[in-house]
Amino acid sequence: MTIADLAFYAFSTVTIAAALMVTLSRNPVHSVLWLILTFLSSAGLFVLLGAEFVAMLLIIVYVGAVAVLFLFVVMMLDIDFSALKGEMAKYMPLGLLVGVVVLMQLALGVGAWVEAKGALGLHQAVTPDATKIENTRALGLLIYDKYLLLFQLSGLILLVAMIGAIVLTLRHRRDIKRQNILHQMWRDPAKAMELIDVKPGQGL
Amino acid sequence: MVGLEHYLIVAAALFVIGIFGIFLNRKNVIVILMSIELMLLAVNINFVAFSSMSGDLVGQVFTMFVLTVAAAEAAIGLAILVVFFRTRGTIEVEDANVMKG
Repeated sequence: MTIADLAFYAFSTVTIAAALMVTLSRNPVHSVLWLILTFLSSAGLFVLLGAEFVAMLLIIVYVGAVAVLFLFVVMMLDIDFSALKGEMAKYMPLGLLVGVVVLMQLALGVGAWVEAKGALGLHQAVTPDATKIENTRALGLLIYDKYLLLFQLSGLILLVAMIGAIVLTLRHRRDIKRQNILHQMWRDPAKAMELIDVKPGQGL
Repeated sequence: MVGLEHYLIVAAALFVIGIFGIFLNRKNVIVILMSIELMLLAVNINFVAFSSMSGDLVGQVFTMFVLTVAAAEAAIGLAILVVFFRTRGTIEVEDANVMKG
């Protein structure tokens, strides 16, 4: 058993255990932290597969953006999470049943799977030799050449998602006091302030 | 020697854990969204494993697109969740019945 095999077993064990903890943990904040561990260890799996760029992208996008977004929302909402977890045991048998059935179906699918004749000849983009062109460079050459339209469209998806999230969550509250800068600048000092000469011992 | 099957098994286990999480946390929308992320991660592992084992780089390109869609989905889903919590004061799935005909 080589070091790479050992690393694979370590990463995959951590990935699956952390994914289980995401679903089982009682506190959603802990769930998010386990989710981060899942993503980090699967990034390790990607590195083992030779996909360094996708692995780093997984860490940046998922851990840096998505998981932090989850963490923000979990901490922002004022929810009694213990009440939500009360009926977890009720759904456990059904969940286990469906999980085992799907797992068996997937196992049957993988067991019956054979590679078709000539499948290797259907390559769309043959991976270049890793010693000559590194993974990031090869991916860049492919994305900015053959998949330019799809790349731009995925940027459009992100733009639409950003606008949608802003439109959904933006609200204008009416019952609070706001600062009006122009109003402040147009204010006339002569009308705003009155000087009164108070005589000693008299008061106003 | 670790082959393609090993990665497929890990991805299948991750996918099933995602389904299991959706069933288990029927009330908590946040954990359901996290389970969907787990399932998308399983798909990504499949893509990258096939890409690496068959020497075709397109699988990794598609992984990036799946990543984009997953990020957009998380953003929109959490925004809807925040709006839902503002109007109903809860995030239980069973309470999402305002539009029931």
